Formats: sequence, C-alpha cells, structure tokens
Amino acid sequence: MERVRLRLSVNGEEREVLAPVHHTLLEVLREELALTGTKHGCELGECGTCTVLLDGRPVLSCVTLPVECEGRPITTVEGLARGAELHPLQQAFAELGAAQCGYCTPGFLLVAEALLREKPAPSRLEIAEALAGNLCRCTGYLKIFEAVERAAERMRGAEVARA
Amino acid sequence: MPEERRDDLTVIGRPLEKVDAAAKVAGQTLFADDIVLARMAYARLLRSPHPHARIRRLDLRRAAAHPGVLATLVGSELPIPFGILPVSQDEHALALDTVRFVGDPVAAVAALDEETAEEAVALIDADYEVLPALMTIEEALAREDARIHAYGPRGNVHKEVSFDFGDVEEGFRQADHVREDTFFFEGNTHLPLEQHAAVGVFGPDGKLTLWSSTQTPHYVHRALAKVLEMPPAHIRVIATPNGGGFGGKSDPFGHEIVVCKLAMKTGRPVKATLTREEVFYCHRGRHPVRMWIKTGVKQDGSITAMHFRSALDGGAYGSYGVASLYYTGALQTVTYEVPRYRFEGVRVFTNKPPCGPKRGHGTPQPRYALECHIDRICHDLGLDPAAWRRRHAVAPGTVTANQMEVRTTGLRECLDRVVERSGWGERRGRLGPGRGLGLAASAYISGAGLPIYWNAMPHSGVQIKVDRGGGVTVFCGSTDIGQGSDSVLAYVVAEELGVAPKDVRVVTADTDLTPVDLGSYSSRVTLMTGNAALEAARKLRALILDAAAKRLAVPAGRLRASGGRIADGADAARSLSFAEAAALAEAEHGTLGAVGSYTPPRSVARWKGAGVGPTPTYSYSACVVELSADRETGLLRVDKVWIAHDVGRSINPLLVIGQVEGSVYMGLGEVLMEEQAFRRGLHKIPSMLEYKSPTTLEMPPVESILVETLDPEGPYGAKECGQGPLLPVIPAVANALFDALGVHVSEVPITPEKVMAALEQRYRGPQMPPFTYPPAVVVPPLEAAQPARAPDVDPAVRP
Repeated sequence: MERVRLRLSVNGEEREVLAPVHHTLLEVLREELALTGTKHGCELGECGTCTVLLDGRPVLSCVTLPVECEGRPITTVEGLARGAELHPLQQAFAELGAAQCGYCTPGFLLVAEALLREKPAPSRLEIAEALAGNLCRCTGYLKIFEAVERAAERMRGAEVARA
Repeated sequence: MPEERRDDLTVIGRPLEKVDAAAKVAGQTLFADDIVLARMAYARLLRSPHPHARIRRLDLRRAAAHPGVLATLVGSELPIPFGILPVSQDEHALALDTVRFVGDPVAAVAALDEETAEEAVALIDADYEVLPALMTIEEALAREDARIHAYGPRGNVHKEVSFDFGDVEEGFRQADHVREDTFFFEGNTHLPLEQHAAVGVFGPDGKLTLWSSTQTPHYVHRALAKVLEMPPAHIRVIATPNGGGFGGKSDPFGHEIVVCKLAMKTGRPVKATLTREEVFYCHRGRHPVRMWIKTGVKQDGSITAMHFRSALDGGAYGSYGVASLYYTGALQTVTYEVPRYRFEGVRVFTNKPPCGPKRGHGTPQPRYALECHIDRICHDLGLDPAAWRRRHAVAPGTVTANQMEVRTTGLRECLDRVVERSGWGERRGRLGPGRGLGLAASAYISGAGLPIYWNAMPHSGVQIKVDRGGGVTVFCGSTDIGQGSDSVLAYVVAEELGVAPKDVRVVTADTDLTPVDLGSYSSRVTLMTGNAALEAARKLRALILDAAAKRLAVPAGRLRASGGRIADGADAARSLSFAEAAALAEAEHGTLGAVGSYTPPRSVARWKGAGVGPTPTYSYSACVVELSADRETGLLRVDKVWIAHDVGRSINPLLVIGQVEGSVYMGLGEVLMEEQAFRRGLHKIPSMLEYKSPTTLEMPPVESILVETLDPEGPYGAKECGQGPLLPVIPAVANALFDALGVHVSEVPITPEKVMAALEQRYRGPQMPPFTYPPAVVVPPLEAAQPARAPDVDPAVRP
C-alpha cells in the first residue's frame, strides 16, 4: 500500500503522519490521529456527519483528500473547547438537549461555528439553511436551532463585554 | 387513583442537562466504531447479491491465501439458528445453504485492515442457483410451491391470526352507518446516523467480550451463548452508546456473532463496521402493511362494531414479526370506545430485508388507517372530528373489548389542548385554498406486559452502591440510545438520596457488571428502570436516614434529604452532609448497597395472543397539523404542528419535549417521503442522499404540550414518551390534506405523484391481497373467563 507523508495542522497542532495515499481526511483523522470525535454516517458525502472545518469553512472529511489540506488549518470537534472549557455552542447544545444520541453533533457544531463567525446574529432561516446539509434523526432539529441561537446570543454578549 | 403530585421534588421535573451531554458535545463519547484495541483485526462480510438462491459453491481458498488475511468463516461453522423471538429462530450468522434477500450474509473474512478484508471478500468464489424471488405479498401467497422458509402454517405465511371479541355482525346490524376503507403503509427504515459496529475479543482465559451498538445487550448475550455454545457466564456483552437506534439495533445480528467467532479463530480483537448500504439491507424496519377497516356507527357517531384486517410484508426472516403482527391489531380499542371488535392479520415472508420494530412497532400503520377512517366517518355524518374523538374517548378504568386495561388516560386533555392552541374551531376549513388543518390522536404502551422469552423474573434490575466519600454508583442493564435513559437513572437516584445528578455515576448496559434490563425497546425503559431504581434507592435512603436520625437525635420521618445534605425538616440547622450520613450508615450496617427490580402487573387479558398489547400504562397523544398543498405540483408543506402528549409525569421536561419533537420529525418523514422500496430484489435507494428524509428546511415549528396524568404505576407518575408522539402525526397530515384539497390519498408516504393522481381522479386506492383468514377464535368476555386461571397466551409471544 502506497503511503504518503502528510503535514497537517489540526486544532492548532502540527502533525505529521504517514497514511495510505487514497485515505480520506476522515480516515486520517480517525485512524492515524485517533481523533474519533469526527464521526461517519455514509462515507459518501451525503449526511454531513463527518464535517470538519478547513480554513474555517465546513468540508465533508469523508470526501476530502488530506493532501489538499496540507498547510491549511483543520478544526475538529476536539478543537472547539478551550482547554477544559466547552465552546459556547457545545455548552448550549448540552444545556438544551440538542445532542440526543450525539452522533451527528460534532458535524452540527462545526457548521454552526463557521456560521456564527460569519453571521453573529443569524435568523432561524439562516441557521436552517446553513445546517441543511447535516442530517439528525433524533431531535427534529428544533433544539439544535435553539442551541445555536442561545450560543450566538452569549457569544455576542461576550464580544460586547470585551469591547 | 392517580398518584398525588409531590411538591417536594428537587430533581424530578426539572429541565436538567443530561448526565452524558458534556461528553457528547465534546466528541468524547465512545461509539462502537471508535473502539480501537491493540492487534485488532477487521472483518468484512460477503453478502448475497440475489434475493433468493441456493448456494451451490462457496470457495474461500483464494480469500484465505490473500496476504494480510487472518481467518475466513462460513455458515457451517455457526450452524445453530437464532432469532429475537423464541418462535422465530430462523436466522443464521452466515447462510447455511440458502440466501433469502439481497444482503443476507454468506461468508466473512478477518484481515489486518479493512481494505485487505474487502479485497479478500472480493476473492471469495460463490456460485448460486437462483430461486424464484417473491417480492410482494401477492407473489408470496400465490407461490405456495416456492417456500422461503420450511416453517409457518403453509406456503409463505409466517403467522396468521383471527379473533372475535364480541359479535361484530350484530354490531354492524345495529349501526346506522357502516363504512369500509382500505389503506397501505409502505415500509421505511430507521436510518440511524451511526452505522452498526461490533468488536469481539476472545481472551486467553476463554472468555468472550463483545462491544456492540445494540439496543438489547441481554438478548445479544443469549443469542451468542446459544450459537457459540458457550456458557453465558463466559460471555460479556457491552452495549456502546447507540448513535441512534429507533428499533433498528434491537435484533441480534449476524455480524455480532461473526466478530466473536473470528476473534476466537484468530485470538485477536476483531471489529466489523457496516457500510451505509449494509445498514439499509439489515433493516428490521417498518413493515409494509395493507389494511382494511370496517366500522359501524350510530347516528351520533358511537361505534357499534369494528373489523380490522392487516396483511404484513415481513421480508425474509421472522425478527419481531409475530409481535409486530399482533401489534397491528392490539391498540385500536384503547383510544375510542369499541364495544365489539374483530381482528384478522397475516404476516407473509418475502425475499426482502427482514422487517421488525421501528419506533411505534406495528402500531403507526393501523393508527394511520384508523385515524383517517374515523375522519371519513365524521365527514359522512357531518360531525366535527375533534369533538367526536373527545366524546368517544375511552374513560380511565376501562377494560376494552380485547381486554386491554386503561388505567389512566389524558386523551381528552390532549385533544382539548391541541384544539385550543391550533385554533381548530375557528380556523379549520377557513384557511383558504390549498391550506388545511388535520387532527389525529393515538395511544402507546409504556413497555410490554410480558418479556420476549417466557420467564418469571423481573424485566428490569438496578443495583446501587454508596461509598464512604458519598459517591453513588447505579448499575443497570439499560442502554442509552440517545433518549436519556442513563440520565433518568441518575435523576431518580439523586432525587431519593438528596444528592445532585452529577454526584451519581451511572454504569449501564454491561452484562458482566449490571443487572438485567431487557433493553431499549417498546418504550419500557423510563417506567421499568425508573421503578427499579426507585426501589433500590429507597432502601438505601432508609438506611442512611436511619443512621443520620440517630446522630442528629431527630426522628427519621422528620428528615429531609436534598442538596447533598440531610437535615431536620423542623430545624434546618441540625444537619449532616450526605457523605457523613453514608459513613455512619456504613459503620452501622456494613457495606452499603441495595437492589431494586420491576415486573409489570399481571394483565387482566385471558386469551391466547394477549401477550401483545397489555402494558403497565398507556400514553396518549393528540396532534393538529397545518399544511399547504400545491394543486399544480402536489407538493405538501407542513407549516405548523401542535402536539400534546400524556407523559404521566415528566421526569425531565426538556428530554420529554426532545422525544416529542423527534417523534414529530420522524412521523413527518414517514408520511411525506420515506420509503424502503425495492425493484427486482434490490433496494431502490440504499443511500442517504436518495432515501429522502427531512432536513432542517423541511422541519416546521412544533408546539409541544405536556399533559401530566400522574400514573400510579409509573415512577413519580411517569409514562413513556419516546414512541407514542410519532403515531398521530402521520394521519394528522393525511387528514389535513383532505381539508386542504378535498382528496384522499390512502397510502403512506403521500408523495406529490399520489396527490396529483388524486386531484386528477386517477388515484386508485390500495387493495387487500387475496387471502382467506383462518376461522376466528371467539374470545369470551372477561366476566365469563376463569379469573384464577393462568393467562393462556400465544406461545409465539410467550413460549
């Protein structure tokens, strides 16, 4: 099996791995880097479960080749928290029951993070549109919308407090 | 009598975070495929490409010789059959000589990595003699010569039932109006986001461990012991947190047995993770059901008799099918007064993936038919469908014609609440062209009255230990599939011991460590594990309060336990910390531990078949849907849903509403788009892109209303909430379509094509298959039965 040396910047850490050349970013994250917080639901780019951020934008890691990601920041769910402190989105998802089985949650969190960086005060429709590529079978999405709204509000509040 | 509402509760009834929420949002919850062990090998299964065939040749020599392959496995190495129900032990981990659906497992390979295993599977030389593929109920019934299984009453009939509860013909004679309707509910699948995965380890001590994404570790444990011919004491099954279940992970599966056997052959841990396509073919989802319903009513709408027929397309194996079949006829009587009832049902084998339990198990299909039928009757008689349902709702304390006992019901209140909130009275029929309101109601069990295999033991067990530092650990066999069952255990124990839920450690779903709970199915977990936890916690509470009472010199009855302290109710200054009290209790009584268990009350029903339907208590739901329908395209858009659910008592309203909203979502998916349909033996759309399910953009706003009836059988009065609220959503959409466009589509899903056909008067409703049901078993009314006799229930359900 032909392997390729990859230099990846994951959650702010420079990592070097030797991975089979055809392995996807999903496989490299989960198997080479043991970052199993990134989940998979189809491995065909259909369900959004494996979403991570590349250059701060959501990508489907199951259909992304890691060679394309060299030198570009990758964020996985493990990179959302600041040390032991959960990201406001993670906190809101936990408080409001937006994670039932929790399997789709990492993907939703990362898409929502990218959304809030671009639009700190999104409307309900803008949230729904941003998250439309991610499937969740447990929640009916409503608690997820509420959690994104609550996190957005808190993050705006924190911005104001800092200013 | 309902329980009295306790106002001293500090944990129960609060919208608390789940105990496992932080791990889930941090991405730290370990699902089955996240498990990686040293020296772990990877398994792949070869699955049948034919819907029905005999295996003529199976040669694994090339696969075995492929570099990196560690072991191969064929069906003859696992010859013992298994199946979830004792009467349907009709599956093999790998096919012995016949394959019965595309996707039936045939052989397996373990290799150093997944790709090598996949390459090796491609090298397996399998040759099949193709047999007739029976893809519809009609074909299966017509081809008595081509049997899919050698068991069953005849041909491809898996199970047929027929019961008379009262003289329905006399009831129809007394009726002023008799209506008949035929319906079809296409099957659909669970589509959990997590693909099934399992890891087997066989230790040098001869003991086996399986981690699996299963909802029913206890039943998997039993199946492994049987098929592998090992003492159960040498097998440990650990259910990992399920990444969605919905019933799809409730059967023991071939791949679970295969990883164990391959672990035994290789001496290494072996993991198998199914592909999404394999998950579609594993299925065990909603049965396609044809239904015919005939009801007689008086002029005022009161029912004189009801006759219900179902025909289920079961797919290739038994699975839970016998129970599913009974469920299609069991709960029609527990919502509205039905004085005389006849039920006839049949389940047929076909060469498709096996059907089984999906959220609502066997009841969404008949509930859809019944609620549409009721609306049509109301239309015939010029009655308001909401008022009709309210007027004819079963009263608490009713024993129905088929001997189901309704102890508490919040149905009327649920109806009132959704009628009021939706503006039903003022808005129905007045929303303008293409817009409509529809209503439906339903009931569901809070756990089944009987276990899947006959035994006299509890359905749920809980063990609690308290340590010297005040730490509390709860052990229970239940499996958290996202519904929050681990949290319910923590809440109940925290409430009783007066500590915070975060001070309670929960250990679940591990057959080595935890007492048996039958599993996360039939909406049984909150009620049954909650009661078991309550019993165990109250025993410990008594010991701890007793010790505290002595130290504080206060009568134990005056003590209050909350917020981690035990204090005199009359003088809060006299208090001890929970940890101090626990240490005193340990000094006095020895190591602190207690057990609790729960067994449902005995059903009043006395007929063969009454193993399905009885429950400790029924939940009730009512739903109003507002929708817009496009006359030009047939597209339906649900604009708003109001739903009220009688949950008895919310252990945690946040989680209850989560279940209600999730149920609404899943019901909308089923009625508008989801279908598990086949073409020439192949699943038409085995991918998440083409199997349409609602996205964020299809999800309407939902107003959830919780009704609390404080059921005396439930912990703190609680009933189920995970499945029941799905049931009324589907018929409410169908009824709203009629209000919007004045057309009936008598099948689910209601696709735009069907709506257009109905608008253009091209729609031909579904037909019942040609089938003669067996002569009815006449069930005498309860008062004529022998009350002292043991219940004589169908061995299919209670062998």
